[in-house]
Amino acid sequence: MVSQAPVDPVADRARAQRARLQAARAAAARVTDPEVPVLGIDDLGILHDVAIDEAGTVTVTILPTYSGCPAMGAIALGIEAELARDGFPEARVKLTNTPAWSTERMSEAAREKLRACGISPPERASGKRALFSPSPDVVCPRCGSPDTERVSEFGSTACKAHWRCRACREPFDHFKCI
Amino acid sequence: MSFASCDPRAAWLMRLGDTTLVLGHRMTEWLSRAPTLEEDIALANLGLDLIGQTRLFYTRACELEGGARDETDLAYRRAEPDYRNPLLVEQPNGNFADTMARHLIFAGFATPLYQRLAASCDAETAGIATRSARETTYHLRHAGEWMIRLGDGTDESHERAQAALDDLWPYVPELFEADDLDRAVAASGFGVDPSTLRDDFDAAVDDVLARARLAKPAEPRGQRGGKAGRHSEHLGHILAELQYLQRAYPDARW
Repeated sequence: MVSQAPVDPVADRARAQRARLQAARAAAARVTDPEVPVLGIDDLGILHDVAIDEAGTVTVTILPTYSGCPAMGAIALGIEAELARDGFPEARVKLTNTPAWSTERMSEAAREKLRACGISPPERASGKRALFSPSPDVVCPRCGSPDTERVSEFGSTACKAHWRCRACREPFDHFKCI
Repeated sequence: MSFASCDPRAAWLMRLGDTTLVLGHRMTEWLSRAPTLEEDIALANLGLDLIGQTRLFYTRACELEGGARDETDLAYRRAEPDYRNPLLVEQPNGNFADTMARHLIFAGFATPLYQRLAASCDAETAGIATRSARETTYHLRHAGEWMIRLGDGTDESHERAQAALDDLWPYVPELFEADDLDRAVAASGFGVDPSTLRDDFDAAVDDVLARARLAKPAEPRGQRGGKAGRHSEHLGHILAELQYLQRAYPDARW
């Protein structure tokens, strides 16, 4: 007779649930911002929570960014597609405004990735600048010079302002700080 | 006392949404017509922020109301008297100075409103307001910088900027007059009484006007009615264009 390890169905189920939750989280984290494809939604601080209920249904909660950002719909569809591919066809995506998203939720890695693809990352301390105080120190993402100037506070997407570098003469996007 | 929705919180949020929708639509009328390419993009972005805020306010209002309607019903399936935006935001774009003066007034009002609404007892509303306040701070700076440039520019630009302020100032008092609905939501900790925002508005606008060498118009008795559903003729024209598709092809989806 072969001795068997004691079977604990409750612990087994909990382990399986944890593994599925991890898999679901990994699938959701693969989704990137359609406007800035180098950035994952986890880097951006958009992916807020991934939960799994008793029946195994996954709910992904995301934080909308700029009020009019048309990427949120694409991101929600992307999450559903990635989860379906990894075996969660019934996953739901929920948007919540609590907590409010801010550029301060972006990771350091996200800032580095932005710089690497030619977008100057948002400065810290969102929205604390006085109305007509001097422009924040924005460093050229290409040559690193701090000698830059703002062309327009509004740029190619809701999240970007339009700047140019006076040293290397290149125009660049600056991620708006909210 | 009759509200557009039986839930005062929902009715009040709808009023915020009506305000940002109508102004957001006005901004989109500038598309391809702004003085420069950068400004065209800027005006489109201002409109995008406002329409985005509208969707959030409407969606939360519908949730509070019980979910029988959605944002599409509110934007496309209501008539002029159901809209409760103040008269300021439906005024025509006029020339560029008119649009910037209107936006300075709006952003000077909306920014402190949203900043206080960030302390709403409703967490979702507070979250929406927190982000919206950061966006309208950009709007206030943009409109303020333009008013300074125009006011402190040539004789022609100064004259037009001053005329724009003089023309629009009659629509200022309505923004800050609290009615029963404002008082009800403020008392419950959900909303904000707009009469408490006047000092913040004056501080921001006075600073801009001083730098712009523009005179603050004398406070007129004012035009009012939009917040109670009595509008100028302009709103009907806006809705005719805004709602055309849903009216011509009811329930169309794309």
